Amino acid sequence: MSTFKYVLKRIGLMLVTAFIIMTICFVLIKLLEPELPMMGNQAEAERARREALGWNKPIMVQYAIYLKNIFTKWDWGTSWKIDYFQPAASVIIKRLPPTVIINSLELLISIPVGIILGVFAAIKKNKWQDHLISIIIMLFISVPVFVYAFLLQYLLGFKLGWFPLIMSSLYDAGGKWFSKVMLKSMVLPVLSLSFGSIAGLTRMTRAELTEALTSDYMLLARTKGLTKSQAISRHAMKNAMVPILPRILGMILGILGGAMLTETIFGINGIGKLYLQSITTLDYDVFMATSMFYCIIGLASTIVIDLSYGFLDPRIRMGER
Amino acid sequence: MADIKNFVIPDIPASKFRLVQKDADIHDVKFETKPVGFFKDAWRRFCKNKSSVVAAIIIACLLLFAFIGPFITKYEMSEANGTYAKCRPINRALNINGFWDGGYNKKLNDKYLIYIMGIGMGAEDTEGEGCQWSDGIESQYGAIISIGDEYSAEGNTYRDARVDSYMEMGFQYLSLTEDQYNDIKAWEAESGIRAIYPMINIYGEWCDEYNRDDANYWYRHNAKQWPVNEKGKKMEVADVMENGLIDNYLRDGDGNIMDYMQRDSNMRTVRVLYYNYYQYRNGHAPEFLLGADPTGYDILVRIASGLRLSFLLSIAVSLVNFLVGTIYGAIEGYYGGAVDLIGERISDIISGIPFIVSCVLVKLHMVNTGKMSAFGGLVFAYFLTGWIGQAYLVRTQFYRFKNQEYILAARTLGAKDGRLMFKHILPNALGTIVTACALDIPSVILSESTLSFLGIYNFNSRTLTSLGTMLGDGQGYLSTYPHIILFPALAISLLMISFNLFGNGLRDAFNPTLRGGED
Repeated sequence: MSTFKYVLKRIGLMLVTAFIIMTICFVLIKLLEPELPMMGNQAEAERARREALGWNKPIMVQYAIYLKNIFTKWDWGTSWKIDYFQPAASVIIKRLPPTVIINSLELLISIPVGIILGVFAAIKKNKWQDHLISIIIMLFISVPVFVYAFLLQYLLGFKLGWFPLIMSSLYDAGGKWFSKVMLKSMVLPVLSLSFGSIAGLTRMTRAELTEALTSDYMLLARTKGLTKSQAISRHAMKNAMVPILPRILGMILGILGGAMLTETIFGINGIGKLYLQSITTLDYDVFMATSMFYCIIGLASTIVIDLSYGFLDPRIRMGER
Repeated sequence: MADIKNFVIPDIPASKFRLVQKDADIHDVKFETKPVGFFKDAWRRFCKNKSSVVAAIIIACLLLFAFIGPFITKYEMSEANGTYAKCRPINRALNINGFWDGGYNKKLNDKYLIYIMGIGMGAEDTEGEGCQWSDGIESQYGAIISIGDEYSAEGNTYRDARVDSYMEMGFQYLSLTEDQYNDIKAWEAESGIRAIYPMINIYGEWCDEYNRDDANYWYRHNAKQWPVNEKGKKMEVADVMENGLIDNYLRDGDGNIMDYMQRDSNMRTVRVLYYNYYQYRNGHAPEFLLGADPTGYDILVRIASGLRLSFLLSIAVSLVNFLVGTIYGAIEGYYGGAVDLIGERISDIISGIPFIVSCVLVKLHMVNTGKMSAFGGLVFAYFLTGWIGQAYLVRTQFYRFKNQEYILAARTLGAKDGRLMFKHILPNALGTIVTACALDIPSVILSESTLSFLGIYNFNSRTLTSLGTMLGDGQGYLSTYPHIILFPALAISLLMISFNLFGNGLRDAFNPTLRGGED
């Protein structure tokens, strides 16, 4: 089977899975008989909107209307509570920038640091540097992210007073995402996010590189006269990167997802917080749209990871037998 | 060999033959050493790994703490005392200065310094004879543990002091019936501890009308809350240090101080030293070993309860996942073909649902409608998606073993499918499965605390709490009352670290070939 066909098949399967999940979610949500909000100041428009969404019709009819709206008008419903009477899709898009910025900054830090630490640990395997890094990794992987977030807030934010405890709003920062005030207030959330991913990446790099370093082709490379650093950078790293690059790709896709915990702790008005709000306020259409957003990101990153394995090393074809 | 055709077997008479083992049973020779089975071998490898042994010990200690914690403290799980909410950790038996003393550092201005010191002085002035500054410092009810030098900032003078968060509550007014009053008096006589202090002349000249509810203003003060002397002149700190404070107690016609003020025919207003009144009510002094939370619950007993919840939940979840995942994976792997294909598609779809989505749906459908408790709902939510990893592992193991010769041999001997699956194949996969279960535990603990931290599942009730809930509720007190966050955070970090180490040790012990592969 050609690669193209394989890709198509995976995407097709993903769409089917997404559709089934969407159906399940929709039915389960509508079964709850959502409590309609009080008629606001746009009572007439609101009633018309509800009629158009078919709120009093059977669930399957509502679902058909919902699907039709999505495919014809890209209309994911209306937010009734969070952003009164705004289209759900635009509510989500409005919340994307802070999430994406914070997560991109986090990746900019954690990818190089993680890989460098991992390579260092693998080269110094079983020396004290390696043990130290291993202990730190163990700590960072085990300790929950809210614990570091609190520690950072308390030490760097409160005791030393270097950074604000929560992220500034766009308004305070003068309407610019990359102003000095904004970047300063992003330091703590970015740091607390990056600890976990640095640890994960370091652990993976170390494990992969250790395995590569002990394999026979490394011995051959040294025998034919390469220096240790040449052998590592030209042979071992290339092989070790095969599983690491897909993971990084997955992390990059995960930028969109946002981190609920960090966004809650640091008051970031991002997508994770939106999702939490939609749960607590029971804003059904936003909840549905955000759930699907998460779902599709999850499925897409699985596919991207699997496919990138195939591109990096054509012998691997994930999901095949 | 060449002569084999010509070889003649001599005729040996039967009587020359004799049976070697005529009376003995024929059997293999026993092992000289003790046999080492798979689990014993794994156990030996596990014991060699020091960090996981230490982790196992820590887990055991935490488990012990979760169950005996409630007996260490004098507090019940559901016992909240709003007066002592947010009090600092204290241990009177191990009261080392500045550590575990229930105090906290506070910047005091002059007026507030007198007020706080006044609590200890008032506790010593029981007879209305006035009280000196030194009495306040020495008083066992003094609210100031230690005090720094004076310094000025922004035009005011301040002192840094360490304030006892328990004594700081000082005095309170209570309305009691005569019987209650007599009961306290009887208790006082019996225990020798004084709870009822002289009533203040709150309607008199020397009590500001805004301070009539604050029983700590026992001394004469003016409308600006500064203490005054006999002549009604404002006293500065130095003055108070030298001459002490003058009481403003309620006196009858003969000049005797009164312990209560009659409100109406049966209610009396009395002024109690809350610390001692608390002893009267509860039979012990207030002593929160790890401090009190914003509601006034004892943090220690709440942490024990949160740990209990984490343990029970994670063990319940990994057991359920173990059972369901093993059976599902066994059936998929053993029968293969169409069964496997359909089974895999089902688990593909279920694993595509983000965990948070399924959690929320379970909460909305089951927990909010009252069909399940929060605990049951959480177990159910984990179960919905959690067994898939386990099933996948078991399926792989079954694929590996089902076509091996010994299975064929067993089948030829007539073993049924069930026997083959669970008696012959499964034990081979047991190491992997047990490891996966052990590694499931920390991830369940982590995601449970995340969910309850975010308030998606709320465990904050009188009888139930979770570490995540404690952290989430304590978030706002991070800079002012760090102990509220510190102890639950420590507990969960310790739990996570030790479970991860333990799980890794178990993995290395059961699958020695994987060693170093993933960590």
